Amino acid sequence: MAESTNIVQDLSERFGGAILGAQATADGIPTVWVEAGQAPQVLGYLKKDVRQPYKMLWDLTAIDERTRVHRSGQPASDFTVVYHLISFDRNSDVRVKVPLKGEYPSVPSVTKLWQNANWYEREAYDMFGLKFEGHPHLVRLLMPPTWEGHPLRKEHPARATEMAPFTLPDDKQDREQEALRFVPEEWGMKRHSEDADYMFLNLGPHHPGTHGIIRIILQLDGEEIVDSVLDIGYHHRGAEKMGERQSWHSYIPYTDRIDYLAGVLNNLAYVQSVEAMAGIQVPDRAKVIRVMMSELFRVISHCVWYGTFVQDLGAMSPLLYLFNDREKAFGIIEAVCGGRMHPSWFRIGGVAHDLPNGWQKLIKDFVEYMPSRLDGYEKAMLKNQIIKKRTVGVGAYTLEEALEWGITGPGLRAAGLQWDARKQRPYSGYENFEFDVPVFQNGDSYDRARVRAEEIRQSLRIIEQCLKNMPEGPYKSDHPLTTPPIKEKTLKDIDTLINHFLGVSWGPVIPAGEACCPIEGAKGYYGYYCVSDGGTMSYRTRIRTGSFAHLQMLPYITRGHLVADMLAVVASLDFVLADLDR
Amino acid sequence: MWTEIGWPLVVVAGVLFVVLNLAAVLIWMERRLLALWQDRYGPNRVGIFGVLQPVADMVKIFFKEDWVPPFADKVTFVMAPAIIVVTVLLSFVVVPFAPGVIVTDINIGILFFLAMSSLGVYSLALAGWASNNKYSLIGGMRTTAQMLAYEVFMGLSMMGVVIQAGSFSLTEIVEAQRGLWYCIPQCVGLVVFFVAGLAETHRIPFDLPEAEGELVAGFHSEYSGMKFGMFFVGEYLGITLISSLTVAMFFGGWLGPWLPPVLWFAIKTLIVLCLFILIRASLPRFRYDQLIEIGWKYMLPLSLVNLLVTGGVVLLMR
Repeated sequence: MAESTNIVQDLSERFGGAILGAQATADGIPTVWVEAGQAPQVLGYLKKDVRQPYKMLWDLTAIDERTRVHRSGQPASDFTVVYHLISFDRNSDVRVKVPLKGEYPSVPSVTKLWQNANWYEREAYDMFGLKFEGHPHLVRLLMPPTWEGHPLRKEHPARATEMAPFTLPDDKQDREQEALRFVPEEWGMKRHSEDADYMFLNLGPHHPGTHGIIRIILQLDGEEIVDSVLDIGYHHRGAEKMGERQSWHSYIPYTDRIDYLAGVLNNLAYVQSVEAMAGIQVPDRAKVIRVMMSELFRVISHCVWYGTFVQDLGAMSPLLYLFNDREKAFGIIEAVCGGRMHPSWFRIGGVAHDLPNGWQKLIKDFVEYMPSRLDGYEKAMLKNQIIKKRTVGVGAYTLEEALEWGITGPGLRAAGLQWDARKQRPYSGYENFEFDVPVFQNGDSYDRARVRAEEIRQSLRIIEQCLKNMPEGPYKSDHPLTTPPIKEKTLKDIDTLINHFLGVSWGPVIPAGEACCPIEGAKGYYGYYCVSDGGTMSYRTRIRTGSFAHLQMLPYITRGHLVADMLAVVASLDFVLADLDR
Repeated sequence: MWTEIGWPLVVVAGVLFVVLNLAAVLIWMERRLLALWQDRYGPNRVGIFGVLQPVADMVKIFFKEDWVPPFADKVTFVMAPAIIVVTVLLSFVVVPFAPGVIVTDINIGILFFLAMSSLGVYSLALAGWASNNKYSLIGGMRTTAQMLAYEVFMGLSMMGVVIQAGSFSLTEIVEAQRGLWYCIPQCVGLVVFFVAGLAETHRIPFDLPEAEGELVAGFHSEYSGMKFGMFFVGEYLGITLISSLTVAMFFGGWLGPWLPPVLWFAIKTLIVLCLFILIRASLPRFRYDQLIEIGWKYMLPLSLVNLLVTGGVVLLMR
């Protein structure tokens, strides 16, 4: 951390007056306030010139500060733009905040610095109405083009009941449909080349190869992809806005539905951030239970990916085998959590219940059953010559490109960087486990597949260690903000009873502050950036997901490939649309 | 008198009946077998083991609205599914099921089959074109390129057999295998023919014209009801045809001890059919350019070499 305090000093010395101050946050990430005009220079310095540079723009978002009460020591602002950068060389992050004044303020765009800023700035424009000067095509990203208002502004209604009843007369329907028409010129695309007319093909919104509702507009020359544009947001449910209307506790079930294949992994990312703000230390047993369930869900998520990956390449059987295996894992999840895909089982301060009697046998059977199955899949799929022909060298990116586009998780490890948050930034006790981080070098679809296949084995290793070393003790912290508190105690002492009463009727009151404690999710480095204003509800919940970053890169890595390759690349990226649109 | 007019009529009616019903049963068989290999049940509710499932499907498909999209080219759109069924059924004319059980034993049986299968391509290409849908168009284009590449060496792969048997008539080819089935001397021809057959019937790994994950349903995206049913039946008729030709040319047709010849033919054909289904259960799909590459770069030279060697050996033996 010495390195990280230095960066604040370094910046103050170099940029002097442009640095408006530093801010202490609960997650310990150095946070610097920078004056808007100087922001691109400061960010450019951090990306390129500083020793051990911060190469990745991991997240870019905004906060509507107009109704926030507890922000002493921070520069005055109506809106704040937040840049979260990661340096893999120093294994540390920096958060740059830019204060903006006015109703619809503007800030210089950083799309020239980072390619992936494109979507993030469009999202911030869409959600807050902020203008990014110099952005190549600042239009709405998640909301329909005809939407009025910017949903994450505080004055925008959070619920349908606060708005006029929805109607869809014919003329409005026509308008909405017309707004969906794709006009190539708006995206700087030509309709003809010198010797060919291009075909514009809508891949989606409903298409069997896209795993959900997303629209990929392909510019085709024959079957060759000249360029493509992604139209996303069909799955947008306003998960971030909902965070501002749910208590800290009752938001947990919403997190399950972000990366809906990864269940409690979502819970973990969220409760970790809340616990950091509340200052809760989670007991050892709860930590190990969390690790075990998270890894089980990683296996489940990767199983779905494995099956759909080869299915998109045309093989139909593996999907069914893998769904059978996943079903076995779900059996364990159901026995432990009661739920299956969305168990919402982690709690602020621990987990919902202790493990049930006989859980050891379920886990033991599973970790003994899976490895031989995985051997079979590897033989039948990854070593299959047709699959190799279809994926080797297809949709490849270099490590530099991966960093530029904010690729994390298995996608980054496929491009040759051995960086896994469980190893490099252990949380929830991962430092106590033995496992390897698989790395491959080519960054193509095939290597992305191999990384994930190998990760299933490593997850099984971790689960096995959890089985052998499950500590005794409480499954929840006895911190007053643990929600709900341990029931036995509420019946005996008045302090716990009061906390229980408040926690359940109001919801826990989390101290004012900010935290983002990301985890190694199934689909990338995954975090909830929570801002508390000292209330029972979040002031701002920002969800940074892997799918969003990875999909943004799709047009870039599929140029010049064929339509069939597009599907292979889509399958190898492993995204979930709820994770993309939130 | 009776044998002159009556018997051919019985054969024609019998072949039509058996072949069309077989296509229906095949649909059920494929679904059950796939289910077996994929750890699931498959259709098991209608009748014993679900055997009546095709009947239920047929009833459903007949009662569906016979819809032609307003943007389609009507005449061609309606004609296309008929073409595939007609051409495949016509090809069955030359298949010898048993001695005497053949609709017409023309002395250019193989050439007739090749001609018919070439005509069958029109069905897919026209369907893709007439649908006026981008996915269908791509599917139709893929079909045309695929068929061009695969017709060529399909014909050549059969010529080895023709040289050895000294005849284009399938009956004579079967008779010529009394000593040794051609699957042994013509093993290269067999492999090439089977691969071409997979492509001809556009089955995995060569199901590019319809590739559901890429082109939704390719050339038949816009089809529904019985017109879709025709494509469906056409595909299964095609598989049956390729299987029975494989048996006739390489596995001694109806030849075999103890059992009646027709039964031998049926058993052998069924085994080849299961192989088709097994391949579908186990392989992914090639990419368009890779498929064309395999056709022109590997299969065509291979079949030419096979032809040369066979010709040389036959000349030497004389």
